[in-house]
Amino acid sequence: MREIDPEFTALPLRALADAALSRARDLGAEHVDFRLERIRRQTLRLSDGQLETAADADDLGFAVRVVKDGTWGFAAGIDLTPDAARRVAEQAVEVAKVAAAINRERIELAPEPAYGERVWTSSYEVDPFTVPIADKVALLADWSRRLLADDRVAHSDASLLQVKENKFYADAAGTVTTQQRVRVAPVVTAVAVHEGGFETMRSLAPPAGRGYEYLTGPTWDWDAELARIPEYLAEKLAAPSVEAGVYDLVIDPSNLWLTIHESIGHATELDRALGYEAAYAGTSFATPEKLNSLQYGSKVMNIIGDRTAEHGLSTIGYDDEGVETQSWDIVRDGRFVGYQTDRRIAHLTGRERSNGCAFADAPSSMPLQRMANVSLRPAADGPSTDELIAGVDRGIYVVGDKSWSIDMQRYNFQFTGQRFYKIENGRLAGQLRDVAYQAVTTDFWNSLEAVGGPQTYVLGGAFNCGKGQPGQVAPVSHGAPSALFRGVNILNAVKEAGQ
Amino acid sequence: MTTPQETVERALALSRTDGCVVIADESSGANLRWAGNTLTTNGVTRSRRLTVIAIAGEATGMVSRAGVTTDQIEDLVRAAERAARESGPADDAAPLVDPAQAGSGGAWDAPAAETSVGVFEGFAPALGEAFAAAQDASRRLYGFAVHEMNSTFVGTSAGLRLRFDEPTGKFELNAKTADMSRSAWAGTGTPDFRDVDVAGMAAGLTKRLDWGERRVELPAGRYETLLPPGAASDLMTYMYWSAGARDAHEGRTVFSRPGGGTRVGDTLSNLPLRLYSDPAAEGLECTPFVVAHASSRESSVFENGLALNSVDWISEGRLSALLQTRQSAALTGLPVTPGVDNLIMEVPGATATLEEMVASTRRGLLLTCLWYIREVDPQSLLLTGLTRDGVYLVEDGEVVGEVNNFRFNESPVGLLSRLAEAGRTERGLSREWSDYFTRTAMPPLRVADFNMSTVSKAS
Repeated sequence: MREIDPEFTALPLRALADAALSRARDLGAEHVDFRLERIRRQTLRLSDGQLETAADADDLGFAVRVVKDGTWGFAAGIDLTPDAARRVAEQAVEVAKVAAAINRERIELAPEPAYGERVWTSSYEVDPFTVPIADKVALLADWSRRLLADDRVAHSDASLLQVKENKFYADAAGTVTTQQRVRVAPVVTAVAVHEGGFETMRSLAPPAGRGYEYLTGPTWDWDAELARIPEYLAEKLAAPSVEAGVYDLVIDPSNLWLTIHESIGHATELDRALGYEAAYAGTSFATPEKLNSLQYGSKVMNIIGDRTAEHGLSTIGYDDEGVETQSWDIVRDGRFVGYQTDRRIAHLTGRERSNGCAFADAPSSMPLQRMANVSLRPAADGPSTDELIAGVDRGIYVVGDKSWSIDMQRYNFQFTGQRFYKIENGRLAGQLRDVAYQAVTTDFWNSLEAVGGPQTYVLGGAFNCGKGQPGQVAPVSHGAPSALFRGVNILNAVKEAGQ
Repeated sequence: MTTPQETVERALALSRTDGCVVIADESSGANLRWAGNTLTTNGVTRSRRLTVIAIAGEATGMVSRAGVTTDQIEDLVRAAERAARESGPADDAAPLVDPAQAGSGGAWDAPAAETSVGVFEGFAPALGEAFAAAQDASRRLYGFAVHEMNSTFVGTSAGLRLRFDEPTGKFELNAKTADMSRSAWAGTGTPDFRDVDVAGMAAGLTKRLDWGERRVELPAGRYETLLPPGAASDLMTYMYWSAGARDAHEGRTVFSRPGGGTRVGDTLSNLPLRLYSDPAAEGLECTPFVVAHASSRESSVFENGLALNSVDWISEGRLSALLQTRQSAALTGLPVTPGVDNLIMEVPGATATLEEMVASTRRGLLLTCLWYIREVDPQSLLLTGLTRDGVYLVEDGEVVGEVNNFRFNESPVGLLSRLAEAGRTERGLSREWSDYFTRTAMPPLRVADFNMSTVSKAS
């Protein structure tokens, strides 16, 4: 296991925690937890090979969360002294007292064992913050030059987002965790401009819970991807516009991860299903009475929630309520069997234990129930992508994500992609343009005829899943194999615009 | 404790490179969130951030840290200088803004402004009364109230010392029937919560829930549609964010002219509408100078402190300006018009309220707000999204029932060319974008043939 950044462990973590926890207990809090975080972010963006954005920003601070007389109280501070920690604990208790007047629902938390002192780090090789900016800019500039060297590419964009997240958590029950995780998101995009308009083609490398080795090592074949992008772009530019209608789809994991995120990940958050996000992110059609009865999808659909997958963006050792992370079934053989929970929602619904989905995106943010890595299992000995395509007479092969939108109960969705290939008689027959697929969640997943084997499985994901008020963003991954869906509605985006 | 002004001066004094920009941000916030007539979360927050941008020749290095203590300032300055040395030439390198080009803010020496949970002193009891009334009437209230105060201090080696205190607040109220089958929403931006009428807003939602007692199922299709100011903000805000001059000049947006250049000068609307931003707009005041922590397509760290003025993006229906840095202005040959943190649409002589526009409607849809808006096709700026929390059928000037929700596919640019009517401009909160952008005022809009692409079962 890698060492926690010594700059972080040198902070007065225990002293501040002890001061805050003891002060809140003295003031009569039934529950108190303390969280101190430092989050390092570095963003590099190049336009046509020239450095456009170089930003290095840290967030550092702490928060005290209490339950006092059955009401939440939360306060955050920035001065790293025991006195300040005590004052913030007092503020949190004061906020709970003010809020009690308009609280009608007693807050209680599902129990969780006390773990004592635990240390956890994510799986990576090279901390990207140890790599000189010059090296990173040079690599992105090289990628840009390779794209621009092709006459068919008018412009290139290249970017690299890097995050190192340190979390220290302590609660009155006796759990004390110190954790570190690293993630990177490299992206390149090529742009073609012609008399009639423009087109873009983006790399498919997903953001990952990995270090800088992801850009330079064998995990992702950047050379091959960069070499192909101009050709993909040129073919897209010359492609015919799709005829709207119903098609069979073979969806690549580079696209399917986002459909899983929107139509399963968010739909199976129990706080949403109970209405706690009703005014903002929305609710869910997957309401509690449907648990263990709703046929969410076909028999080949198996979905897990997982905060332990190596390199997953939601992966961590302990969540922001001191719960040890887990893996569990959400959909088994097509049937809806599990939710994602935090401690409060778990208790409210009579569950014995939270499955560890509490997360705060900053030291000043109150933990929310956030998404685990929700993934579609491949079929053991399942088919390759080519074999799935071979089973389609008239269809479309969808690659890469682009536009996404879904309604507030997670019924009606619409997605586009980077590339759409026409399938004729089991073979790819060139790209199509202007394609969007639109469906109702359960219709779509019940039209799933086959999932690919482990050889097609890829962990996709995003850094920026939004939820809650005040708004928070969370990183999350979704694994998927290639998959075959029958009879999905395809729109022509240009005709939708009335052109 | 060191003040933000002292911190800025100290960092500038420590600078050893050709130039330096220092930005100190002091922020405080308070929020309340509720669901089902009860509070769910709450909090008070405080943050302090120091950003140093070192300029070495044409290179810049930006380092930003939270909670910096006095003895850490030099480390931050040196880290920014190292970053500048490592980064190579910046795409937007230019001279720093001189005092003659700078905007004006508040008194430099005054302490940072603060907010606290006390901002809800009058609001919270009114909210509690609304919860009780809703409980008695078997309705459920959901929503969120937040107030933030950001004091920004900008100092540069070119001699600028600028500060601005920017309060930002919003209140969103969502009412639902007990069976959750009907839902209505209203929201408003507010600088201080003193202008928020909780009871009035709750009464308006009750009226809308009552409209829903008659349910009308309609298929997908193109409908005459009335967009209230908030829904107009949902669409116009995205268009504003998509109006970068550099991207347009490079042929990459809906505002690119085929064959080269931008579409500035093109007629976008058949109505003589004005779409503009003005940092001094009454009730929508915002920072009157550029604050750029990092450079991007539409902002440049070299422009920190540059005066922001009223700018017409669309004037008399014609595209008249795009979001510019000095660099993109040189490329396009257009004036330097950086983005401003508010957006206002007006149509000269338009006086109709939304209610009056409903009364003059023979048959059409009245929307509440739009949701989950995402770009489908950048060439036309086609957006998709959902109607939410109340779509109503209007017949012969009266609301006759509530309609199912729809997924729409529409371009705000295309929509401008099909406007049938605009009413009187009012402050309206974007449902989709108000996490980032609360200062908007729009007229209610009548669109002849709004594209409702499919029906959504969501309620």
